[in-house]
Amino acid sequence: MSTVFALDPLLEGKLLWTPLLIVLVKVLIVFVVGLVATMLMVWFERKVIAGMQNRVGPNKAGPWGLLQTLADGTKLFFKEDLIPERADRFVFKLAPYIVLAPAFLAFAIIPLGGDFRDGKSGMITLFGHQTRMQLADPPIGVLFALAISSIAVYGIMLAGWSSGSKYPLLGSVRASAQMVSYEAALGLSLAAVLLVSGTLSTAGIVDMQSSVGNWNFVATGFIPFFIFLISATAELNRPPFDLVEAEQELVGGFNTEYSSIRFALFFLAEFMNTITMSALIVTLFFGGPQPISVGNTTLDIPFIPNGIEGTVWLLLKVLVFLYIYVWFRATLPRFRYDQLMDLGWKILIPASLGWFMLLAAQRVGRTVGWDQIVVTLVSALVLIGGYALLQRAHKVSRANREKDGASF
Amino acid sequence: MELVVFVLAAAMVLVGAIGVITRSNPVHAALSLVLTLFGIAVMFVSHEAHFLAAVQVIVYAGAIVVLFLFVIMLLGVDRSEDISIEPITAQRPLAAIVGLGVSGIVIAALVSSRSAISTSGDGIDASTVDAADANIRQLARSIFSNNVFAFEITSVLLIVAVIGTVLMARRIKLREAGK
Repeated sequence: MSTVFALDPLLEGKLLWTPLLIVLVKVLIVFVVGLVATMLMVWFERKVIAGMQNRVGPNKAGPWGLLQTLADGTKLFFKEDLIPERADRFVFKLAPYIVLAPAFLAFAIIPLGGDFRDGKSGMITLFGHQTRMQLADPPIGVLFALAISSIAVYGIMLAGWSSGSKYPLLGSVRASAQMVSYEAALGLSLAAVLLVSGTLSTAGIVDMQSSVGNWNFVATGFIPFFIFLISATAELNRPPFDLVEAEQELVGGFNTEYSSIRFALFFLAEFMNTITMSALIVTLFFGGPQPISVGNTTLDIPFIPNGIEGTVWLLLKVLVFLYIYVWFRATLPRFRYDQLMDLGWKILIPASLGWFMLLAAQRVGRTVGWDQIVVTLVSALVLIGGYALLQRAHKVSRANREKDGASF
Repeated sequence: MELVVFVLAAAMVLVGAIGVITRSNPVHAALSLVLTLFGIAVMFVSHEAHFLAAVQVIVYAGAIVVLFLFVIMLLGVDRSEDISIEPITAQRPLAAIVGLGVSGIVIAALVSSRSAISTSGDGIDASTVDAADANIRQLARSIFSNNVFAFEITSVLLIVAVIGTVLMARRIKLREAGK
C-alpha cells in the first residue's frame, strides 16, 4: 500500500508515527522556508536594484528595511478586493491559486542539504530513520519540475482570460505563448544533463557531481547551462523577457484586474518561482549541496556537520543566481516580441538539439571505442552543415516574406 | 489505501468527463478535461507508472489542452452557448447508442477475461522493477530496440504533419495575394 507514497524512503514499508511526523515536519519546513525566502527575495531584489540605481531602497520597516515585504503584504490584505463585472467569477478566483500551488510544489524535489560526500548519497539519519533533506524524491525526478512548470501556464492564461478585459487577455496570451515555446528549449538542455548523469532523480544528479570537474556545468560543456539559464528566465517571465507586463503596451499584463490579496498571490508566486528555478539550476548544473572541491582538495567549512554544511553551500550557490536574476533586471532592456520568439525557436532550440546530439555521439563513441577526436570532428562537421542549412532556410524565408509583403 | 486513491481519482475522472459535455462555456469544458487528465495521472502513479503520469501531465495537460484554450481564446468562441440546440439531427441519440455500445463491449471483455486479469501475467520483468527508474529504463529499451522503426516512423509522420500545416496556411495567403 505504501508504494503510492514511496517518494520518500521513510514511507516505505509500514506506516509508523515517527516517520509520518518527520515527513509532516519536513512539509511544514519546506513551506515556511519557501515563504520566508520569498519575503527576503523581494527585499533583496529591491535593495540590490536600489544599489545599482544609486538609491537607498527600502529602509524604514525593520532593520535595513527587512520587514518591508511583510508590511506590504499586510497592507494588501486589507485592500479592497475587486472583481470586474465582466469577469468569469469562478475562474477569476481560482487562477491565483493555480499560479501559487506549482511554485511551491516544484520546491519539493530540490535537495536542500545532506551529506553527499564519500558515497553517502545525501542520506541523513533522524531519530533512527534514514531520510533525505528533500521533501520528495520521485522516480521521475526533474520531469516533475517540467510537469509542474507546464501547469503554471494555466494560472497565467486563465487569469488573463477570466478578467474579461482586453489587455489582460493579450498579456496572458503572450505569456503562455512564451512559456510554451521556451519549455522546449528548457527540456532539451535538461536532456543533456540527464544524458550525462544517467538518472532522473534530483538526489542522483547531485550525487554524480562530486567535484567541480564533474559538475554538469563543465561535464555538459557549458552550452546547455547557458541555454537553460536563458530559457529559465523566459519561463519565469522575468526581465529581459518580461513582455507579459510591458507597461507601455499592456497596462500591467495578465494581472491588471487583480487587486488586494489575489494580486499578492501572483506577486508571491513570481518570486517563489525565481527562487525555485535558481535552486533547480544549482541542483542540475552546480552540484546542489555538494561542497566546492577540485581534485582531492575539498573546501570544508569547519565546525559544521557535513549534513548541515550542504544547506550552507546550497544557499550560497542559490544566492549567486538570485543576484544574477536581479542583475539581469537592472541592466538588460526588454526584448521585442518577435526577437523573443526568434531567439527561442531559431537559436535556442536548434542549438540545444545540436549540442545534445554532439554529447550523445561522444557517449556512443566512448562505449563502442571509436577515436574521440574523429567523433568530435565528424559531429562538428554535421553541426556546421545543419547550421548552414538552417541559415539558408532563414534566408529563403526572409526573401519570400519580403516578396509577399506583410503576412498579417 | 489503494482503494481510497482509486475512488478519489475515479471521482476526478468522472466529474471532469461529465463537466466536459455539460458545461456550456468552452473554457470551463476544457478545464474539466484537465481535471480528467489529472485523475488519470493519479491512477498511473498509484499503479507505479510514474513516467506515464509525468508524460500525461506534460503532454496532455501541459501542451494539448493549452493549445485547445489558445484556439478557444484566439477565435473568440469563449462565450456560453445554448447546448439545448442540436446542430446535427439525431446526433445525441446516436452518441448515446455508441456510448452504451462501447461500455458494453468493454464490460463484456472484462467479464469474459476475468481469470486472465486476476492472475499475474509476465508482462513486466519483475527482476528489474525494484530500481527507482526501472519504469523509464524498460520503456526506453522497448522503444529504442524492438519498436525503434515504429517510433521513428511516428516522428516522421509528425514532422510531415507540421510541414503540411505550414504549407497549407501559406498557400492560402499566396492565393489571396493573387499568385
